[in-house]
Amino acid sequence: MHSSKLIQVGRRLAQALPSVFGVIVISFILTRALPGDPAVYFAGDMADKESIEQVRQALGLDRSWIEQFLIYVSNLANGDWGVSLSTGRPVTEELLARLPASLELTLIGLTLAVAIAVPLGVLAATRPDSWVDHICRLLVTAGVSLPTFFTGLFLVYIFYYLLGWAPSPLGRLDILYLSPPQVTGLYTVDSLIAGDRETFVASLAQLILPATTLALFALAPIARMTRASMLGALSSDFIRTARANGLSGRVILSTYAFRNAALPVLTTLGMVFSFLLGANVLVEKVFSWPGIGSFAIEALVASDYAAVQGFVLAMALLFVCVNLTIDVILTITDPRVALDD
Amino acid sequence: MTRISDAMQKKIKHFRYIMVQNPVTIFAFSLFGLIVFLAVFGPWITPYDPLATNATNTLKPPNWDNLFGTDHLGRDVFSRVIAATRLDLGIAVSAVALSFFIGSALGCSAGFWGGWTDRIVGRFSDTIMAFPLFVLAMGIVAAMGNTVANIIYATAIINLPFYARVARAETSIRRNAGYVFSARLCGSSDIRILATQVFPNILPPMMVQISLNMGWAILNAAGLSFIGLGVRPPDAEWGIMVAEGANYIISGEWWLAIFPGAALMLAVFCFNLLGDGLRDLVDPLRRT
Repeated sequence: MHSSKLIQVGRRLAQALPSVFGVIVISFILTRALPGDPAVYFAGDMADKESIEQVRQALGLDRSWIEQFLIYVSNLANGDWGVSLSTGRPVTEELLARLPASLELTLIGLTLAVAIAVPLGVLAATRPDSWVDHICRLLVTAGVSLPTFFTGLFLVYIFYYLLGWAPSPLGRLDILYLSPPQVTGLYTVDSLIAGDRETFVASLAQLILPATTLALFALAPIARMTRASMLGALSSDFIRTARANGLSGRVILSTYAFRNAALPVLTTLGMVFSFLLGANVLVEKVFSWPGIGSFAIEALVASDYAAVQGFVLAMALLFVCVNLTIDVILTITDPRVALDD
Repeated sequence: MTRISDAMQKKIKHFRYIMVQNPVTIFAFSLFGLIVFLAVFGPWITPYDPLATNATNTLKPPNWDNLFGTDHLGRDVFSRVIAATRLDLGIAVSAVALSFFIGSALGCSAGFWGGWTDRIVGRFSDTIMAFPLFVLAMGIVAAMGNTVANIIYATAIINLPFYARVARAETSIRRNAGYVFSARLCGSSDIRILATQVFPNILPPMMVQISLNMGWAILNAAGLSFIGLGVRPPDAEWGIMVAEGANYIISGEWWLAIFPGAALMLAVFCFNLLGDGLRDLVDPLRRT
């Protein structure tokens, strides 16, 4: 039993390889699709003939496509993702330095969304056509129509300008505070480790509005899926049997219905995460959040191509990893996955 | 002849039933009419020139002369919001049309012939879906150049897999239908069967996909121009107007960003409602 599970997990891992390969091929095409001579772009505006020639050599632009691709892959594998023109530092370094800020925001947003959407979806499914159901339906339709950058600005206007409850929407920490000593890079966690309660509260206060913006956006698909799969589970035969055997409503709901309904919800989370990584860019711009999204926008404005393509590739690889993790969790926890194969 | 009109009457009856059942759909249809009207006639009915600046009349809150106020250059926000409808809708419609045609061609051939065609098309859409889609669009625009046309291509590319998947699924269940066999018996070629027999039959689910996708396409294009891609200022476009107004929000000049943002939201909301309504009409089983 256990070894068969292991084989399945191994098979899932192997299935991710074509995705990774495809992602690398597309990002290779994107770096070579630049209009004009890519070497000129990657060398920058200030480059003279010699350094352009150097870049051409380094990227292998004077060789065949297949050779160029192999050079590209081996560069990636060695951690050489190019140099950011605007800062002069390696792209990987820039991305890694900013990743914790983005991750902190995205994860808190996602957690908030799940914490609201799942109970809402369950309640809506157990009480069809009640007011909870109507609220759920309204939120689901309105939520997917909200442009994240607009929701963010709206929240800033209400909670910062009108009510004055939120701190100014500029970055991860008010200028009055020093950033906590770096351990994980997540300010909330680091300040707790350092035992600095004041900084923890301050960094949490900065997080509330952007995280709520992301959560509002992610809420809709999660609630919709939870409601639909709970409705499906509740109307199935095994629930009827459980009811007929006289199990209590709570046991039926939590052990039988929800456990079965949770799996499609988990799968949806992968898709939601993809949308969140995109929405993150917009939210970071609205709140001047110093994460990789803001970095990518600055790079776009400055025509810093190596940085932009590095960002796209990093996001895609992160997304592949998230999907893989979800798949592996599903494989381990769901006995039915074995039957599907 | 009578039978055809009977079927027609039944369809109209069903349409009316859905409408009466769901007043929200009526609302969505009228909103849709308004949006199309503004997109077509917008430039002629704006009270002011959307590009005309007025240095003596900047940052005025909404009043009777300027319903939505004026921006930092004294331009009338109301006129700009109306004028932007055409550009926003134009980008979304062109992008969706592109991905509809290319996606259905790819999906139909994958579903009809199967085998290698299917595998290549499937692998291609999986690879696009392996990217966070908005991020991929950013990368495409960055690589191809910062123009409105490239915004359209990028939005079309990231929406392609959705159309290809629906077309493939709908084609593969019709591949062995009786009318396909009889068309083949009459000597039609595969291409002809696909174009004249299969494609018209998969149109209804594809139309639903279009209207569900349209709102998402508008959001995407507006998001791209919000971060400074594609549309250049002074052009009026909802995303860029929100971006320009964002700097004034923290000093309390809310009308610059809120009105174009609300217009964007309303347009997307309308298309999403319409998509749900159309799905009820075409596929009553999937009603939620």
